[in-house]
Amino acid sequence: MSEHIPAVNRQTSMQTGLGRVRGSGSARNGTHHWWMQRVTSVALLPLTIWFVFSIAAHAGDPWEVMAEWIGRPFNAVLMILLIGITFHHTEAGLQVVIEDYIRPERRAMVAGLVIKAICLVAALLSALAVIRLAV
Amino acid sequence: MATFTLPKNSTVQPGQVYKAEAGAKNVRSFKIYRWDPDTGENPRMDTYEIDLDKCGPMVLDALIKIKNEVDTSLTFRRSCREGICGSCSMNIDGLNTLACLKPIEDVQGDVRINPLPHMPVVKDLVPDLSQLYAQLRSIEPWLKADTAAPPDEERRQSKEERAKLDGLWECILCFCCSTACPSYWWNGDRYLGPAVLLQAYRWIADSRDEYQGDRLDQLQDPFRLYRCHTIMNCARTCPKGLNPAAAIGEIKTLLVERDR
Repeated sequence: MSEHIPAVNRQTSMQTGLGRVRGSGSARNGTHHWWMQRVTSVALLPLTIWFVFSIAAHAGDPWEVMAEWIGRPFNAVLMILLIGITFHHTEAGLQVVIEDYIRPERRAMVAGLVIKAICLVAALLSALAVIRLAV
Repeated sequence: MATFTLPKNSTVQPGQVYKAEAGAKNVRSFKIYRWDPDTGENPRMDTYEIDLDKCGPMVLDALIKIKNEVDTSLTFRRSCREGICGSCSMNIDGLNTLACLKPIEDVQGDVRINPLPHMPVVKDLVPDLSQLYAQLRSIEPWLKADTAAPPDEERRQSKEERAKLDGLWECILCFCCSTACPSYWWNGDRYLGPAVLLQAYRWIADSRDEYQGDRLDQLQDPFRLYRCHTIMNCARTCPKGLNPAAAIGEIKTLLVERDR
């Protein structure tokens, strides 16, 4: 990870412009992250529409009815898909925000790991709740 | 962290007012950013009242008139005065463009002129573009091929292959786009920005170039390429009507097709 040199401090470095721009070289990744953001957003379109309309249709139903509905295999699988893809998409999007705005590099790395951990725990908790209703 | 306010010594203050000569009928005010590194003073906005009846039609004509007739200390870059050299790029009426291609009559009210945003200022309307030039150098904007050129003729391209360069070769490197890009403002030290990425794609798309893979390798980086969030300021501001965001999109597509 190259040292971040703010524009105002550039004149204090005697490194050449080309040397600074080349830095530590290309990371040779980022494509998968970018592509998965697109894939998950497209996948979330039908899943979110299904989720919103299904829940709206059950407005006012008692707990037992909802639990039985979520527990059906088809609904449980779609719920788990929705949970996994939502948190994957959230994590990927917040990662971009961190890369955009948080400096220095080490603080960005820590923030990225914290967000990964929170999203993973939240996704597992939600999935487990669905599984408990389904099995 | 990103910095959202100017440091104290960079806040812009009101400046001098140069009144139009008596009897002028068609007067427009030009409010121009002034900063002189030698005085140690804050930047200021000077106001120049210009009689448009005695001035050419473009903003650059007014700047040259001010420098010749009102205030010789006003500093700006210009050369060809016909939109092909890219020297007179600046922020006019809130939009980066070329002063030589911007008609004064297209601006409502006072004509506000600032240097290209978010670049270190050398003096007045002259920004320091050395970072952008270094980034352009880093993508090696020249034909790279191991196959020797035919001895008695140029390297050949079909008409279709040549057509792929349309919308790319016209770029004059005025850097209106890169300096209009918020992503470049925040991360210009590592993000290459729209102008340089358009140039990179110009060589990736060239059928005569044999280093497409190496060029893609060099760009595949969360910062160099993927700071583009399709904000589209680049396409909106380009005085040549080009679309750098589309070129960046082509690079991303090539990388997905290659790596997935």
